[in-house]
Amino acid sequence: MSQTEIAPMAAGSPDRLTGLKTFWHYFSVNRGAVIGLFVFILLVLAALFAPLLAPYAPDIQDKAAFLRPPAWQEGGSTQYLLGTDPVGRDILSRLLYGARFSLLIGAVVVTLALTGGITLGLLAGYFRGWVDVAIMRVMDLILAFPSLLLALVLVTILGPGLFNAMLAIALVLQPHFARLVRAAVMAEKSREYVVAAKVAGAGHLRLMLATILPNCLAPLIVQGTLSFSNAILEAAALGFLGLGAQPPTPEWGTMLASAREFILRAWWVVTFPGLAILITVLAINLIGDGLRDALDPKLRRS
Amino acid sequence: MLRYLLNKIALLIPTLVGITICAFAFVRLLPGDPILAMAGEHGVAPARYEELKEQFGYNLPIWQQYARYVGEVATGDFGVSISSKRPVLEEFKTLFPATLELSFFAMVFAMVIGIPAGIFAAVKRGSWFDQSLMGTALVGYSMPIFWWGLLLIIFFSGYLGWTPVSGRIGLQFFFKPITGFMTIDSLLYGKWDAFRSALSHLVLPSIVLGTIPLAVIARQTRSAMLEVLGEDYVRTARAKGLSAARVIGVHALRNALIPVVTTIGLQVGTLLAGAILTETIFAWPGIGKWMVDSIFKRDYVVVQSGLLLIALIVMAVNLIVDVLYAVINPRIRAA
Repeated sequence: MSQTEIAPMAAGSPDRLTGLKTFWHYFSVNRGAVIGLFVFILLVLAALFAPLLAPYAPDIQDKAAFLRPPAWQEGGSTQYLLGTDPVGRDILSRLLYGARFSLLIGAVVVTLALTGGITLGLLAGYFRGWVDVAIMRVMDLILAFPSLLLALVLVTILGPGLFNAMLAIALVLQPHFARLVRAAVMAEKSREYVVAAKVAGAGHLRLMLATILPNCLAPLIVQGTLSFSNAILEAAALGFLGLGAQPPTPEWGTMLASAREFILRAWWVVTFPGLAILITVLAINLIGDGLRDALDPKLRRS
Repeated sequence: MLRYLLNKIALLIPTLVGITICAFAFVRLLPGDPILAMAGEHGVAPARYEELKEQFGYNLPIWQQYARYVGEVATGDFGVSISSKRPVLEEFKTLFPATLELSFFAMVFAMVIGIPAGIFAAVKRGSWFDQSLMGTALVGYSMPIFWWGLLLIIFFSGYLGWTPVSGRIGLQFFFKPITGFMTIDSLLYGKWDAFRSALSHLVLPSIVLGTIPLAVIARQTRSAMLEVLGEDYVRTARAKGLSAARVIGVHALRNALIPVVTTIGLQVGTLLAGAILTETIFAWPGIGKWMVDSIFKRDYVVVQSGLLLIALIVMAVNLIVDVLYAVINPRIRAA
């Protein structure tokens, strides 16, 4: 980022700043990242307070108002700000509740993928030898398939549904974490502080989790952020194909799927759910770019 | 070079074995009895059930089943589709050109816009063009392409009426495929209006499928170009008094394109995953839609073999990219 380079240093010697302050300093230089964070916080609030914010319950059908256009268009009313869907449900309310699903999907998938990836990556990088070969071959194998295709096939095996979709996506995203952790562990393993801990008598588990792992966190956080947005996109894609969350769940991808046949008659039923997905994913990717700038010492100006 | 190639191929063998194990395991991991699953809702008579069990080899021990499966696949026998009763490989051969044609145009779209835009952004680093391009690229990268496709249909097909909503070619045109590529076949038959129809059907799907690769290529070209522009040989070229166009176009670009070529190659997986969504939206008769339809039709023979074939294609393309990379960059070969 060009802004990073012309940014003035914070007052005082940089090494006196605490870790968090240094981090915020580098993160806040990136305007996009701050905007992304702001939007993301709004989304979290919308998800948390959906029952208070939403004018209607997400599944309430108004039989007198099918496909009502948004308020500003002719035929619309302020009763339904963003219009209604083909069965007369308020789109705004469904979008607000949908934020819960998207954030839940991101959080669950990243947690699963992170846990799996860290475990496998640590084992592979720490023990090397056949453990490493076995684990990494399987990771290569997962990466050999286009991710959405593999997720589709896994959901076919597990059965359609939101939870199974999350499992499938976590499995597909997990090799990226495993590779990252493995590479970081291999780089850190021969460092002096690790050898010192070993000499001091630390066991395998302590060396892996307490000594080495905290020093591999930076790339993991960046990858975690990117996977968060990826998970939302893939889950929406599965929902769109009819294999993710099932109707009438107000998941954004599922909403798009059920709106498809009306695209030429009612633009709003298609436009708003997709826009919600785009804004969410974009905000998270902006944060990811900012995190990379802030956490990657190679990009940081010395 | 030959040693490099053989080494690369040897490294692929475990993945190859793994892919066949995955495809083999798929049918057996499906909930319930695989034969009943394949038979679908109609069910089978007990006698026919035993016959099928024999035919598919489900009465053999599992490792023999696997060996048998590998034997079949190695001889090009990918089974027969349950729904269409045609050999899967034959279906694949008729549908794959559609996906290939779409992917080709999507990639052309992504490269023709992405590479020049990336170069220009790098040269004018920090300008409004650079900033807005990088912003747009991030939007493209974050795009749910299935929604993007629907939006384009609403605007260009619905509102403006410029492009067809779905399919590969107008229904009034029918000819026996020669190459399987509509654009080429229509020209071979000398039918210009068919060619135009095929092109107009390609526009929206290509844009949709090309959007994410476009964003990735533009970003990658920009950063590769920025790196190269700081190199000593570029400074030397400038110091020699060469024109800016020559420095950028010849000295810098040739080296900047090396990582871009790799990026383009690595987009093949993205393209095939994107094809699943794009083909579904535009009713494009390619392998992506074929896979989705087969999942819904519970045609698991097709899903199994499609999975295998697609993974093999991705693997082969990655190998080609690796080799091409070694050809243009001798340092890789030595390593």
